[in-house]
Amino acid sequence: MNTENTFIIDGTPIPFEPNQTVLQAALEAGVFIPHLCFYPGLKPNGNCKLCTVVINGRHTSACTTPARAGIEVENNTPALNDKRRLLLQMLFVEGNHFCPGCEKSGNCQLQALAYDLEMMTPHFGHFFQNRKVDASHPDAFLDMNRCIACGLCVQASCEVDKKNIFAISGRGMASRVVINTPSGKLGDSDFALSDKAAGVCPVGAILPKRRGYAVPIGQRLYDNSPISSQTEFLTTRKA
Amino acid sequence: MSLVNSSAGEVLDPILERYARNPRHLMQILRETQERLDFIPAWAVDYLAKALALARTQVQAVIDFYAFFHDSPHGKYRIRFSDNVTDRMQGNAALLSRMLSRFGLAQGQVSGDGLVSIDTTSCTGMCDQGPALLINNYPIPRLSSQRIDKICELIKGRIPLTEWPAEFFRVEDNIHRRDVLLSTPMVNGQALKRAVELGPQGMLAEMKASNFRGRGGAGFTTAVKWEACKNAPGETRYIVCNADEGEPGTFKDRVLLASFSERVFEGMTIAGYVIGASKGLVYLRAEYRYMLEKLQATLEARRKANLLGKDILGQKGFDFDIEIHMGAGAYVCGEETALIESLEGKPGRPRIRPPFPVTHGYLGRPTVVNNVETLAKATLIAQNGGAWYQGLGTKLSTGTKLLSISGDCDRPGIYEYPFGVRIAKILEDCGARNAMAVQVGGASGTCLAQHEFGRKIAFEDVSTSGALMVFGDNRDMFEISRNFMHFFQHESCGFCTPCRVGTTLMCNTLDKIASGKGTAYEMNELSRLHQLLSTASHCGLGQSASRSVYDTLQKFRPSYDRRLKQKDFEPAFDLDAALAPAREIAERDDTDAHLGADL
Repeated sequence: MNTENTFIIDGTPIPFEPNQTVLQAALEAGVFIPHLCFYPGLKPNGNCKLCTVVINGRHTSACTTPARAGIEVENNTPALNDKRRLLLQMLFVEGNHFCPGCEKSGNCQLQALAYDLEMMTPHFGHFFQNRKVDASHPDAFLDMNRCIACGLCVQASCEVDKKNIFAISGRGMASRVVINTPSGKLGDSDFALSDKAAGVCPVGAILPKRRGYAVPIGQRLYDNSPISSQTEFLTTRKA
Repeated sequence: MSLVNSSAGEVLDPILERYARNPRHLMQILRETQERLDFIPAWAVDYLAKALALARTQVQAVIDFYAFFHDSPHGKYRIRFSDNVTDRMQGNAALLSRMLSRFGLAQGQVSGDGLVSIDTTSCTGMCDQGPALLINNYPIPRLSSQRIDKICELIKGRIPLTEWPAEFFRVEDNIHRRDVLLSTPMVNGQALKRAVELGPQGMLAEMKASNFRGRGGAGFTTAVKWEACKNAPGETRYIVCNADEGEPGTFKDRVLLASFSERVFEGMTIAGYVIGASKGLVYLRAEYRYMLEKLQATLEARRKANLLGKDILGQKGFDFDIEIHMGAGAYVCGEETALIESLEGKPGRPRIRPPFPVTHGYLGRPTVVNNVETLAKATLIAQNGGAWYQGLGTKLSTGTKLLSISGDCDRPGIYEYPFGVRIAKILEDCGARNAMAVQVGGASGTCLAQHEFGRKIAFEDVSTSGALMVFGDNRDMFEISRNFMHFFQHESCGFCTPCRVGTTLMCNTLDKIASGKGTAYEMNELSRLHQLLSTASHCGLGQSASRSVYDTLQKFRPSYDRRLKQKDFEPAFDLDAALAPAREIAERDDTDAHLGADL
């Protein structure tokens, strides 16, 4: 293998193309790095920090770090996976995630990562934040209880759909997704289920109405095999 | 103010015109709107969004992000008590409750008649003359019970701020030690003339020879930054002065801007000359709003003297001007990429780096962001040469450093020392007789215990942006760290998971320990959370947020231990408190309606 366009993850050489990030190159090479706020075709965002790796001794996000020849990346290590579990626990206690009754169960990236990284409990006390459900749209629910503020819907609506329906507002723990209508309601926007923004949510914050449990729980995407073995799907998926 | 008497356009059009309806100036437009209307009502958001061709959410996001913008009424008089640990040591809590009880208000509540609201805010940079408060963003330092009572009277009498005693608003410089920067007389234009004689390359060579490192905290070599920007591809470049001095305990930039602003502006002009920028921007923190008019007058005088504007000093093509941009209450904007976002009229969330500002900064153009002190000192290097400057301080940290000293000492204020000065010497000079600890570099800095007072202020030893808070042997280091942690929780921008959730979890854990429910379990939690925050956070805020907790855990462990229960674990959940709604419904509050205290 040509060393000019390869780098190393946990001892394995990974080929890369110009302008690829460490995360993109790794996934294409079939090496899984946990992530939530990255989606193929959208600009890397770097906020969930699940893809934190160690490169040449420094912690950094794999999704925003350009791939460079010869760098050595630590990824699947007990220390990093411990940090990732802690991050997942943070997201679980920050929002209100009721997996057993959630329509996204089995298709949810947050849940899939929690299984994959063996997160046995949320560990911390839940924040029990009062989050809103917006059911004003005829075809979709917006359930903020599950939102992890990853910003993918904001990006997809702006960069792909050119509708600019979503935005992140507020600061710190008050950061939240808001809707660009005078009422703040999704129903008053020109959002459609065919939008890219409708399909990129890694959790169940945007869900279609009148389509519940069409595929039984137990037979869904991440029920069949763990997310870490689905790198091909994760790189080729399109909303 | 309502729409009854005037239309939205009548109020907002003159403000919009002043900023050429440029959405980049959204922060300034919102600030002026609030100064006019006391808050930013929904109709103003709609009108401004339309006039600036922005999405409504873009305007709303800016209002929501910055602590000093309000989209609901917050009273004619909006009071914020500075709540740095130094304000607490000076007794701000008693003064706050005194004022609250005078108005019969709870903290954060707006009075029924819409007259006043009272709350707290992060450090306002008056640590050497606290406790302090801000009223409609103007500072009143040196608070006492008498002064609080007088303020209450003035508010109740609805006296306009312009008619309040000027003495209330007097801010002192308190300079106690002067070295080369503070003692060299300034002749306007002299340093700039010398820079022009040297030419951009020659001036850059002097900067290199001086081995001068940035004074904002990171200590990056200034000449390297200037050169990288100068050589970055592109036609337009910018020089930005970071005057968002939000680090708790730091106030030296306030003094430089109040009494040495000519030097700061001249340093900016020199930097602009070297890198080839024709525009400089000063990002001034909202807490320093009171200086705005004076600074603008100084800029105007410099334009008249041909030290700013077109063909400066008669040099054909040397065009440079400076614009002042006000912040609106966000510590994170001290981070250079967050500051640039804010300059562009957006919420101050730090960008992903690389690219770095020297190649992709303000409006995507090559930009140098320098601290106030850095720019002021560039004038000295122009005047006296890099070789001279290189001879001051230590080999790796040349020159002098301004320190903002506060806390338990007789003479708090500004001290200029050559780098290499020992902590013990500083403590002696400022009259700190019983120091148990010093916090160097503000809340995000290093906590030093007595056995470390022989260490030196220098990039190679104890690095600092300029704050030094002294804690006497009667102070509780646990409570000091808890104050800092709540500060970071309040200032976290919310972008990344570890900082957004982690600062809250740290606060919850410290609060549990403070309430007497902490055990060895919580101590482990603090260390584990610190490991995550310090490594996985997106920017310096999150990376340093838990540093003081970590330091005090190592060095002042007894202040934690004495609060702990001798058990492995104690739940945070309070069963009796959880029954409060049930008692309220039952309209009972007798002993039998409570669970035993020891349950």
